[in-house]
Amino acid sequence: MVTPATHSKEEIFALLATIHDPEIPVVTIQEMGMLRDIILDENGCEVIITPTYTGCPAMGIIEHDILQLLHNSGIKEVRVTTSYSPSWTTDWMTAATKEKLKHYGIAAPIHSSCVNWLQPNNLVISCPRCNSSDTTLISQFGSTACKALYSCTSCKEPFEYFKCH
Amino acid sequence: MTQQEALFKYTLRLGDNALIQGHRLSEWCSKGPILEEDLALTNIALDNIGLAQAFLKYVATIEGKGKTEDDLAYKRAERQFYNNQITELPIGDFAVTIAKQLLISTFEVQLFTALSQSTDETIAGIAAKGLKESRYHFVHSRDWCFRLGEGTEVSHAKLQQAFNELWPYTGELFELVEEDNILLVAGIAADLSELQPIWKATVATVLKEATIQVPEDGYMHTGSRKGIHTEHLGHILAEMQYLQRAYPDATW
Repeated sequence: MVTPATHSKEEIFALLATIHDPEIPVVTIQEMGMLRDIILDENGCEVIITPTYTGCPAMGIIEHDILQLLHNSGIKEVRVTTSYSPSWTTDWMTAATKEKLKHYGIAAPIHSSCVNWLQPNNLVISCPRCNSSDTTLISQFGSTACKALYSCTSCKEPFEYFKCH
Repeated sequence: MTQQEALFKYTLRLGDNALIQGHRLSEWCSKGPILEEDLALTNIALDNIGLAQAFLKYVATIEGKGKTEDDLAYKRAERQFYNNQITELPIGDFAVTIAKQLLISTFEVQLFTALSQSTDETIAGIAAKGLKESRYHFVHSRDWCFRLGEGTEVSHAKLQQAFNELWPYTGELFELVEEDNILLVAGIAADLSELQPIWKATVATVLKEATIQVPEDGYMHTGSRKGIHTEHLGHILAEMQYLQRAYPDATW
């Protein structure tokens, strides 16, 4: 019952927007589009998050981070709910978020949704290091399910591409 | 059977398929033929387990007995599992795994396309999510079918043999039983009889390009809709459920 009086929805949102993605620490869960909604009611505060992939192992850590941050801010009655609908899409990433990914060494999803999902070899992915478009797909699955592994023919470096989803 | 009971059993099947398939694929962890494949197969396993978690969580809500998705995964006996038998078959060699993945992921792409239009919003939401993931699984196994089928004599023969052995387990994917029929009327379930010809045409197209012959339809194994399984499921459960059986409600 104390929650609505002590913190507004906007204030809680602003707090949670500082939580970083445990897998890609240069971006926050809000920038990734994983922070969906906050509901304040008589039972306290419900935070609705959505996973990038159903099996995303970061979800447990994100839930833990949310609970810890809000508890430390004096908000005790907190529930974290995972929602699958609407399903997460890379389309929710802003241009600024994509630029952060690129600086971190991950090529950002290049286009809206998955129009070309049957022919991944036809995609032209630019190297985040040297910007060359002369790159090769090594594997559709990189260090995490959300990324594919590429190799740059120009600078010879391997890099990851955040697959469109 | 009431609609609620039908929804429970149907959603349990969706969850069990993902859970057992994911558990099987996870056996490739640290044993992949190359590092990239080790990562790919275990990432696909992770997608499956995530999907299982989402479906089983919903099953627990439908059941309304205060259980969690973990209770459903770890505390049910073999006869209470409704996964298709093809998912529990051993991973075999790499060709068997790829053939199995192609047959299942082709089915999943179509199933989740249909279920994403389900009148049950939770199923539709999870299916829409699963669809995006299963498309990547399909492309992965399809491209490996091309490589193995058109690779060496040995890889071609192994892949052909794998499809021949798995084919008798594909009929079961499309079996419609009481819960399907009840939920079809309500617009919740997918009409598997409509998916079968599309599935077969898609598989045939991939196999043709991979220079693999589509096996003849013959005897088809059946039983999973009633909880009857091959001898392999019990061994999976023995390993998967061991900790929760030995130390009930253990957490870490």
